[in-house]
Amino acid sequence: MGGEVKPGVLAARVRKARRNTSAPAFVLDVSVEVPQGFTILFGPSGAGKSTLLDCIAGLTRPDEGQIAVGGDALFDSSRGIDFPAQRRQIAYVFQTLALFPHLTVEENVAYGLSGLQQEKRQERVGEILAAFRVEKLRKQKPGEISGGEKQRVALARSLVTDPRLLLLDEPLTGLDAELKAAIVDDLRAWNAAKRIPILYVTHTREEVDALGERVLAMENGHIVSAGAPIEVLDAPRRKKLAQAAGFENLLGGTVLDLREADGVMRVRVEESACEMEVPLGYAVPGDRVKVAIRAGDILLAVERPIGLSARNIMEGRIVSLEPRGTMVIARVDCGVLFVVHVTPGAVRALGLAAERRVWLVLKTHSCHLVE
Amino acid sequence: MDALWLSMKLAVCVAAILLAIGMPVAYWLAYSSWRGKFLLESVVALPLVLPPTVLGFYALVAMGPRGPLGKLWIALFGHGLAFTFGGLILASVLYSFPFAVQPLVASFEGVDRKLLDASAVLGAGSLRTFWRVILPLSLPGVVTAGVLSFAHTLGEFGVVLMVGGNLAGVTRTVSIDIYDRVQSLEYGEANRMALLLLVISFGVLSVVYAVNRRVWTPWAAK
Repeated sequence: MGGEVKPGVLAARVRKARRNTSAPAFVLDVSVEVPQGFTILFGPSGAGKSTLLDCIAGLTRPDEGQIAVGGDALFDSSRGIDFPAQRRQIAYVFQTLALFPHLTVEENVAYGLSGLQQEKRQERVGEILAAFRVEKLRKQKPGEISGGEKQRVALARSLVTDPRLLLLDEPLTGLDAELKAAIVDDLRAWNAAKRIPILYVTHTREEVDALGERVLAMENGHIVSAGAPIEVLDAPRRKKLAQAAGFENLLGGTVLDLREADGVMRVRVEESACEMEVPLGYAVPGDRVKVAIRAGDILLAVERPIGLSARNIMEGRIVSLEPRGTMVIARVDCGVLFVVHVTPGAVRALGLAAERRVWLVLKTHSCHLVE
Repeated sequence: MDALWLSMKLAVCVAAILLAIGMPVAYWLAYSSWRGKFLLESVVALPLVLPPTVLGFYALVAMGPRGPLGKLWIALFGHGLAFTFGGLILASVLYSFPFAVQPLVASFEGVDRKLLDASAVLGAGSLRTFWRVILPLSLPGVVTAGVLSFAHTLGEFGVVLMVGGNLAGVTRTVSIDIYDRVQSLEYGEANRMALLLLVISFGVLSVVYAVNRRVWTPWAAK
């Protein structure tokens, strides 16, 4: 290792059991391939995302497996290879960022360049500070700069070493969308030249939508699906993932009949009188199915709508309205409880209030079959 | 004033030696995952509970001409260790060991582990991580350890008496000098020395607490 670093694909097969007397046994058992560019590792907290990153970086030792970047083995339990973290040339930005509080921004960024001569080191530090737009902060301590600036400095500190792989463990949580997008743009610009694999961990759906090229969905220590965000997240296969992915409504139902010509089937929700048309799935009448619907995909009307293409119109009654930031969470009883997101403006314009009679409107393709 | 000068010299030597040996021991105690670690922790804490006479007694026996340490010393330097300044330093180092090690362990353990991980992924080995990250962030602990060993050595009595005896200019420290003067009813002289020791101890402890309260920090405040 060392010398000229050729970027290459990360290939990792990792198995690690976490022994803990108080919690049920947890086994991380995954096989992933991360090509150049962004790959998102998505899953609920506790799925094992950070443990996988720690194994790849060399901070945690897997029980068995192989980890290689660009064909160079970093860990191989069968061949007894285990490079320590400091020799893997992998950049890793933690959720807490872990900037050294006693060093200035400049010293933090230069930390990984101890092998270089003073002059060369200054040059590299200057370049990366400029690329991430934090040159002005050179002499400041991490305690004196803002959250977004800290994130930029943490990225600069990791990337100045010309790593073969970048691991990001929810480094941008807590930033507003605009700031996040600006940082991600700078990161993409940097990687346009370097072309290394970037593995980005998140548990929020918004980040997947904002970044998404490839997604690996992880749950309970296993990769449960992989592909483009739309394939992985919009046809959720498992309940927890569905909720993590922002499907607030998860309803059980029974298939009534199939209309193959229309590509739909009718489902009766729970034991209610509520009937819905959902996309055709592999089922026969009488089968139990689960339907996932995002609260933001449901329209709310105060009169029975007519002349709409949407096939599912259900009458109900508002149970509660709960303001949450810039939106209002409405619970609507249609024989079964639906969660609907509306804007405060809509609440005012329509005069929504508890006990108000309303109609829910749902496109067939907003109803996702789960299982 | 000979006694005070001797005490100061002893305390400075002991504090310096303790910082040098205390750091690797504290590092190991803070970061090792060995299950039998508690045994060493108990050994380190022993001088806190043992009467100084017990410690002094064993130190004296070990340093005597027939003790293992005494034999080694005679072989190396041609004279015994007991009742010499060197012997005094050795016994004082043992006696003040926990006062140096415990603050160091506490401050090493207080350093965020993620910073150590960050240092490793940035290519630093454990020695570099210690010098660049752990030590600077543990500075209050290092100051506490140094000052406490200094102050504790300055005020010790039992161990010095056992190992050093009472040889003017060689092993007669302030505390022994005070005892001597009280015995010979020189209360005025005793009071002068006692007051001096009191003032020095107070000053030194104020430094420790000021550092830990961040009234004064050796680096820029956050």
